[in-house]
Amino acid sequence: MNAQSRKNTALLVTIASLFCPSTAAAHLVTTGMGPVYDGIGHLLLTPEDLVPVLALALYAGLRGAVSGRRAMFLLPLAWFAGGLAGSTVGGSLQFPLPAISFLVLGALIAADLRMQDNAVAILAICLGLVHGFSNGVALRDGAGTLGLIGIMSIVFISVALASASVVSLRRPWMRIAIRVAGSWICASGLLMLGWMAKGHI
Amino acid sequence: MKDIRRSHGDLHFWILLLTIYILTYYPSSAFAHVERGQATGFVTGLQHPWSGLDHVLAMIAVGIWGAQLGSPAIWLLPVTFPMVMSMGAMMGLLGIPLPGIEIGIALSAILLGAMVFGELRPKLVIAAVMVGFFAVFHGHAHGTELPAGQSGLLYSMGFVIATGILHGMGITIGLINRWPAGKIALRGAGALITIMGVTFLWKALT
Repeated sequence: MNAQSRKNTALLVTIASLFCPSTAAAHLVTTGMGPVYDGIGHLLLTPEDLVPVLALALYAGLRGAVSGRRAMFLLPLAWFAGGLAGSTVGGSLQFPLPAISFLVLGALIAADLRMQDNAVAILAICLGLVHGFSNGVALRDGAGTLGLIGIMSIVFISVALASASVVSLRRPWMRIAIRVAGSWICASGLLMLGWMAKGHI
Repeated sequence: MKDIRRSHGDLHFWILLLTIYILTYYPSSAFAHVERGQATGFVTGLQHPWSGLDHVLAMIAVGIWGAQLGSPAIWLLPVTFPMVMSMGAMMGLLGIPLPGIEIGIALSAILLGAMVFGELRPKLVIAAVMVGFFAVFHGHAHGTELPAGQSGLLYSMGFVIATGILHGMGITIGLINRWPAGKIALRGAGALITIMGVTFLWKALT
């Protein structure tokens, strides 16, 4: 099968799947496909986690292939380690984690701040540990370690796709578009802090 | 070179497809009873900026003015606006009062329209400060209007994205600036925005 027919098939499958919605599940506790898929579903359906993952991938991509590659491996591993710690220790984080992640990563992307590859790697580890910890606590009585493996795998895939896409950008306006997206993420983080202060989140 | 370009195209295709798949997993109806009532927050936030003509005109004016000024203002102004607007919204959420909000919003339409009409080219810093100053009023007025029971995060994301789309529309309209007739049309649009701003001001004062 050549590349074009693969694309056509994928498009057809996508369109067909759009016309075949499954029964709406009111309580999205599990996907019904096992804990690994629960973990994958958890990340994809949780913007508090998904957006920071994509934001880090975009930033690592802006910093170049080396940063992108390191983030691709370190973020999921740190996420898994943090998740294991969270599921073992329990408790909860006492600070507005998603808002801070949005704010910091969005600002870094918007400013296109030059950072060494090692610093990006440390950022990826920190992000993975705290978000993983939070996920680990949440998955304690649910999908557990297998769920964490699902999350780790989808984090790896998301970072790989997003950062590779940014690294491959050659035209200046495309990089600017990424920076604009960063400003939106940062602005959303600021708003979230406000909502938290008001007690809405 | 052609192979590299083709592989980039392929990568973008698969990313687009993955995005479509992820988006299909976000049907609002499927979130019927998720814990914090996140059902329609994103859509509400996305719709909100379009509900006020004052907000729409000011956003579009920022985009058009950025396009008239060219790089780097073309992207710096739309980047500045949502970030400062969020600070304005945060002020509102923290209960910090801002006097004369409606007057500030009306003045934003008048002055930004005037900038477009006059094709004025102040220093970049001045343009950014001016846009940022008015963004505070827009954020304070509109960013705090989260309907009860909806997700603050998704509302915020929708609100910011919709604002960005309005800037994008302004920039797209502003691209006609490269033609002489386009320049005149843009100046006409600027004049129209200013006139609308005067009517907003009149309403705010009476």
